[in-house]
Amino acid sequence: MALTLTAEERDVLAAIQDNLPLVREPYAAVATQLGLGEDRVIEIVSLLLAQHKIKRIGAIPNHYALGITANGMSVWDIPDAIATELGRRLGERDEITHCYKRPRHPGWPYNIFGMVHGRSREAVVASVEQIARDLDIARYPHDVLFSTRLLKKRGTRVRAPD
Amino acid sequence: MSRAEQGEVEIDATDRLLLNNLQGGFPLTHRPFADVAATLGLDEDDVIGRLRRMVDNGTLSRFGTVLNAPALGGERTLAAMHVPAARFEEVAAYVNGLDAVSHNYERAHHLNMWFVISSEDEADIRSTLDAIARDTGLSVLDMPTLEEYFVDIKFKF
Repeated sequence: MALTLTAEERDVLAAIQDNLPLVREPYAAVATQLGLGEDRVIEIVSLLLAQHKIKRIGAIPNHYALGITANGMSVWDIPDAIATELGRRLGERDEITHCYKRPRHPGWPYNIFGMVHGRSREAVVASVEQIARDLDIARYPHDVLFSTRLLKKRGTRVRAPD
Repeated sequence: MSRAEQGEVEIDATDRLLLNNLQGGFPLTHRPFADVAATLGLDEDDVIGRLRRMVDNGTLSRFGTVLNAPALGGERTLAAMHVPAARFEEVAAYVNGLDAVSHNYERAHHLNMWFVISSEDEADIRSTLDAIARDTGLSVLDMPTLEEYFVDIKFKF
């Protein structure tokens, strides 16, 4: 990811990517650690947010710990001509946390993927069926693949500075 | 498993207020926790203490940034495989051991293993896919993102 970050930006991201210091003046704490000014740290973080290199800053809940344990990947076989429009509309739904168009494969007819989280599998299925009705896409083949085990997970990270 | 992994953490109404209001938009100011506290009618040190506790007990995975891999110049793809049940653990251990694999899920489907490969360059993604197919003897379906639709992740608690 060296292509699009300056050395200074990489230093700041590496310092805050896991946890922002939970102290009264977190940006000043990062600045001290890096030998920069607090204003410069805030300026860099603002820029990275504006460029959407940082999606957001805040609390990243462990939804499993909070009872949101069902994770369903809803997949849809949507005609190509309307796939982009429907992908956008699916992405706007509160129930959908990630939404993508992906290629079909032999034996795999689905091109639109929308992740749905819920407190139970039944709740996830009910959400998917509600979405199908609301967007009038129930007639297109669709399925929900529930995760039965999280085998590995790590967030997107930048490499620690050399 | 920790209590957090078993879904046993308990949060009170103030924790819930913080969770529902702090999943983004954290202020870029000299005293951001004081600003959050003022907005929510709380005390600065109480906000900091609660966030520390929620990170420590696993209610929060982290308090920090969510990065956008494509915008950072990273490449990634989603891949799926059908792994015979008898070989599942062996193949999972192998796939998880690859540095480029950032996420891996078992799913209830004929295609029962779904994983994300992330790297700084496209060639590394391709060689990882090829290595998995070669080393496991299984076919790997490559499902890169063709389009991503904007979503604003906000869990409600």
